Amino acid sequence: MTQHSRDLSRRRLLFGGAALGAGALLTACTSNEAAPTAAQTKVAEAASGGNSAPGKQVTIGFSAPAADHGWIAAITNNAKAQAGAYSDVKFTSVEAGADAAAQRAALSTLVAQKPDVIVLLPHDGKELNAFGLEAMKAGIPVVNLDRAFPDARAYRLQIKGDNYGMGVAAATFIIEQLKAKGVSNPIIGEIPGIDSLELTQERSKGFADTLAASGFKVANRRPAEFTADSGQQAATGLFQALPKIDAIWNHDDDQGIGVLAAVNQANRKEFFMVGGAGSKKAMEDIQADNTVLKATVTYSPSMASSAISLARLIGQGKGMSDLVELQVPKEIVLASETITKENASNYLKLGF
Amino acid sequence: MTDSTPTATPERPAELPAQSPPVDPAATAATAKSPGHHGAAPAGRLSFWRGDSGEGARRNLGLIGVLVVLVVIGIATRPDLYGNSSWVWDNILTILKLASVVGVVTVGMTFVIIGGGIDLSVGAIVALAGVWATTLATQSYGTGGMIFTALAVGLGVGLVNGLLVSYGKLVPFIATLAMMVAARGLAAEISDKQTQVSSNSVINGIASTSPLGIPLLVYILAAVVVAGWVLLNRTTFGRRTVAVGGNPEAARLAGINVRRHTVLLYALSGLCCGIAAIMLTAQANSAQAAMANLYELDAIAAAIIGGTLLSGGRGTIVGSLLGVIIFSTITNLFAINGLSTEAQNMVKGGIIVAAVLIQQFQFRSFTQFLGRNRLTTT
Repeated sequence: MTQHSRDLSRRRLLFGGAALGAGALLTACTSNEAAPTAAQTKVAEAASGGNSAPGKQVTIGFSAPAADHGWIAAITNNAKAQAGAYSDVKFTSVEAGADAAAQRAALSTLVAQKPDVIVLLPHDGKELNAFGLEAMKAGIPVVNLDRAFPDARAYRLQIKGDNYGMGVAAATFIIEQLKAKGVSNPIIGEIPGIDSLELTQERSKGFADTLAASGFKVANRRPAEFTADSGQQAATGLFQALPKIDAIWNHDDDQGIGVLAAVNQANRKEFFMVGGAGSKKAMEDIQADNTVLKATVTYSPSMASSAISLARLIGQGKGMSDLVELQVPKEIVLASETITKENASNYLKLGF
Repeated sequence: MTDSTPTATPERPAELPAQSPPVDPAATAATAKSPGHHGAAPAGRLSFWRGDSGEGARRNLGLIGVLVVLVVIGIATRPDLYGNSSWVWDNILTILKLASVVGVVTVGMTFVIIGGGIDLSVGAIVALAGVWATTLATQSYGTGGMIFTALAVGLGVGLVNGLLVSYGKLVPFIATLAMMVAARGLAAEISDKQTQVSSNSVINGIASTSPLGIPLLVYILAAVVVAGWVLLNRTTFGRRTVAVGGNPEAARLAGINVRRHTVLLYALSGLCCGIAAIMLTAQANSAQAAMANLYELDAIAAAIIGGTLLSGGRGTIVGSLLGVIIFSTITNLFAINGLSTEAQNMVKGGIIVAAVLIQQFQFRSFTQFLGRNRLTTT
């Protein structure tokens, strides 16, 4: 018995040791340092004075969902980098957890630290509206990033991308190209992201409205999940449904990696594609001009850097120096710009 | 004396007592031991089910019938596409390609479920293995390094699952649920939440190569299915899997090292995930922490539709394969008709419920079903 159990425990030890060792080995040979996003921050031109000059110390509390998507990762990184660029900003960040309830809990720990301004990217603006109201009532200005609060009293400033405008920009580019080619009855495909999200619906509406104004419509629409593998599968389905395609709008450049892979695998080159969001990879592809991807419409995570800059100004009671007003405006909607081969080099630094 | 103490309770608490048929320990033990038994019996069927010989084959015929119905619906709704023979051939290959990744995962899942467990972490393992294989550092080791990493990570995580279930005595549902969350977390950490683009042309080429006109991914699926079929139907390992899932206590008395066998089953599932990770990375030319989303549900659903008993002890590889192909055919059918994915998911849900209902009535006659229920509740 003793002999046996000793054998057994030794075997277990060896087994466990081997498993641990293999894990350690794998960890050791893996690292993944991504390039810093310094290019997506901005601290004013050397000519000092103005708003960039160090002023009153401001503590900015920050919260964004701990998402597994490149765009959200860029949001957090940009905010951190921009805050680091100011000597008068103290940056406290809490991860928002998995859902709105978790983010509310995380935010309450942030409020307890009494920051001067809170910048947050809510899981869902509707679900966190009450938090905005509460914080504003407690005298902490709230800067909402990207996902709007329905109640105007819940925020001091809202800065967001233009989802409807993305659809408009993508459709405008597609219409221009098709008209130039003289295509009168085009077959247009669409690969949106997660279909249940309001932002996806807005993008699709902008796209459909603009196409309709020119008498065009979407022939087939296969939603993906903002991931490359889901993009590949959605595109494969689209190709089976439409033996001939003139143009495709894919809402998201991360899933676009998979869409382009599907294009190669199906050997379909008869159409051109427009992307969305403006990832570095997409811009490089557009610049190289060796894929079907001919343009992408921006939805830049650089908005997080701008949100931090503006939160600082709000904390210091300053306005934006180019505007006449003495205070930061209440609402800023970024324009969705169209990146093509011609202007890609200007935008490359904003890629994530 | 065996590893487990004689007083040990069965490894697997009966999660679904109403579904698990009463098993005669001696019968199971005999099945597990008699080497001559497996020859005529199709996958994992035990001799004590009277009157259901050929049931697996009948079920598979039923699944093929479902496929035929789906194809007929396809022809009726898009005659323009089905009228073109080159499109039809291309579409068959597309459906098989779509089934290939989930199919490989499902083979591993089938073993785990037949063995009386469940693996909720497969999607997360695929993501972790894919992400780990495509990190910048790992990519620099080249094709071999990437493939080795994916397989090693899949196998390693599967081993941890198995050890937690077997030696840690965690309920499989909990152990693999925890792994599902943890592996996705680790994948997000390793990938720095970024999409890891694969610049390895050999890996990416796996998805676009078609020897003899058939995609390489389909060959990989076929190889895994054949290997799984042989392992389940023609080896001691397979017979032990059925015995362990049917009645772990009887299997233990029959001299099977139930704990070690359970570890191996989860390791096998993990290894399948590693293979699937390479295939998916090749298809998407990249990996991401959120990829292979909900593959665990697809794989479980396909196995159940294919006739695998959720409470263990019974199932076939061919049935699971047909289950996966039915799902990818439905996806294809909805895509070519431009219907929404929401409607598609509703249909999938209905098919899963229908399959399980059919399973319940196929196993035992209705009266037997009632009788057993009464037995288990008293």
